[in-house]
Amino acid sequence: MARIFDTPLYAFQHHADQDADAPARHGIVIVGAGPVGLSLAIDLGQNGVPVVVLDDNDKVADGSRAICFSQRTLEIADRLGCGHALRERGLEWSTGKVFVDDREVFRFGLQPETAGKYPAFLNVQQYRLEEILLQRLRELQQDGAPIDLRGQNKVSAIGQHENHSILEIDTPEGSYNLQADWLVACDGARSSVRRMLGLAFSGTSFSDNFLIADVKMAAEYPSERLFWFDPAFNRGRAALLHRQPDDLWRIDLQLGPEEDPDEVTQPENLNTRLKGMLGENAVFEVEWASVHKFQCRRLEAFMRGHIIFAGDAAHQVSPFGARGANSGIQDADNLGWKLKLVTEGKAPAKLLESYQFERMLAADENISHSWLSTQFVSPKTKAVRRLRDAVLDLSEEADFARQLVNSGRLSTPCTYDGSPLNSADTLVDMAQIRPGAALADIALKDGYLLEQTGNRFVLLAIDAELPDSFSDEGIDVDLISLRSRDDTTGVIARELKGEQASVVFLIRPDQHIAARRVQFDEKMFRSALRRATAREIA
Amino acid sequence: MMNTFTIDPKFSDPDGFFKALIEAHEGLTDDQSEALNARLILVLANQIGDQAVLREAIDMASGKLKSTI
Repeated sequence: MARIFDTPLYAFQHHADQDADAPARHGIVIVGAGPVGLSLAIDLGQNGVPVVVLDDNDKVADGSRAICFSQRTLEIADRLGCGHALRERGLEWSTGKVFVDDREVFRFGLQPETAGKYPAFLNVQQYRLEEILLQRLRELQQDGAPIDLRGQNKVSAIGQHENHSILEIDTPEGSYNLQADWLVACDGARSSVRRMLGLAFSGTSFSDNFLIADVKMAAEYPSERLFWFDPAFNRGRAALLHRQPDDLWRIDLQLGPEEDPDEVTQPENLNTRLKGMLGENAVFEVEWASVHKFQCRRLEAFMRGHIIFAGDAAHQVSPFGARGANSGIQDADNLGWKLKLVTEGKAPAKLLESYQFERMLAADENISHSWLSTQFVSPKTKAVRRLRDAVLDLSEEADFARQLVNSGRLSTPCTYDGSPLNSADTLVDMAQIRPGAALADIALKDGYLLEQTGNRFVLLAIDAELPDSFSDEGIDVDLISLRSRDDTTGVIARELKGEQASVVFLIRPDQHIAARRVQFDEKMFRSALRRATAREIA
Repeated sequence: MMNTFTIDPKFSDPDGFFKALIEAHEGLTDDQSEALNARLILVLANQIGDQAVLREAIDMASGKLKSTI
């Protein structure tokens, strides 16, 4: 049976741009049709912004790769019209257990940040996510959305100009050129755009290799994240077992420094190793296996003139923590509405600089967590290994040491503190919903709060009065009024209002909070809207 | 004054402490001694707990605080 990742899903087709006398000019060109590029294309396309997506391939990712998607990412997928499909396809989980040898030393239960529409985490193979994103993209195209996805279109050269780029693109029919006002590189860890521009990463590389495998088996382990330090089947090293949909299990095994990656992935060697873990009589089939080294690093800048980097092309982390694909999709979430306003001439190009500020902040947060987890799992020096081993030793008898056991701290959304788009906050309580934070999802009488927001600016009033309409220089703002007295569950008051008598939020199209005040104030919120779109404040 | 970093003497029995520390290492290989030290750092750090104090202690041990104290 053909596996989904062996099937061309967006095969090469001849395009009129190939016959043009002068290179065609496009507003936004995305390189890379992975989770980040597809998310951004859908965001732009569903909001009516023309976008071209180029990929040197025509298939979804091979192997599970990213498997854990966080609540925030699922909320973004919901805004993009694929949250439901993702949830149907995925596997919810909420418990992680950490073992030292065969002793359970640490257990965490993941609760959603708030009781919103989506769970804390959902496991689904990256290729399933990409398949769902592609289905959504096709659906939008059928409805007339201006998304142009070109398979087997490989960018082979880039000419950088002040206000645009010229791309040379290789296809099965030869090469052609096109121009892009804005080029967004979503072409992954081995980004060819990054390489062609000669941009270097700074950060940490870890020397240990990890074997990552998808194993198909009918097993009765629960849908938990199981992590071992020093198990009998991988003595002195680490191991991870995590369930995916379709009777597929993700296994990560730390390898010894002397082990040759090519030897390790030989089928008979792989089988012997996996039987050591799963039992001599286990019946399984290896669907995909790969050997990786871990990196925690990023570009010095995510923008270079009119070229923007997102996802793994801009930053990389090790997999323990589910911070790779989640942060990449959150990059796209941050960038989409800004590109829309800039290309429509409703906001100055300066707005895009806030993408760099906000997402570099997120990348640094992710890298910091990932660096610590990776140091713990795969210590870089003898001294770090000593301290790590001391934690594991003590974890047997001392509760305090269990807190230090680190097999990955899982992805949480970044609050964009200090962003130039935030308006000064005058409220001290409810810090979790300060400007820069993603708005928490909560259940309303009919549906969920986040379903009512997104894609547009929103003024959200809790027990406060709003005007009949609000807009500024072509930027329309939706109005939502909630009354906490209508809410018998008390969740509106608890999650959004705190001790205040009332509160008004300005919410960005990516559902992050730009400003909040106790009451609506025309002048103040007009300034806040201008600040949140990088326009002059009158 | 649990939450303040100090270099003032606080040991109830300074020689007794140092003797116990040395004795704990007696008969150990270098490897075992290093493991003991690592465990001891963690046990003691948890007695302090406060991150600001721990930060200053790490800075002092790293030689970064000399000019300020």
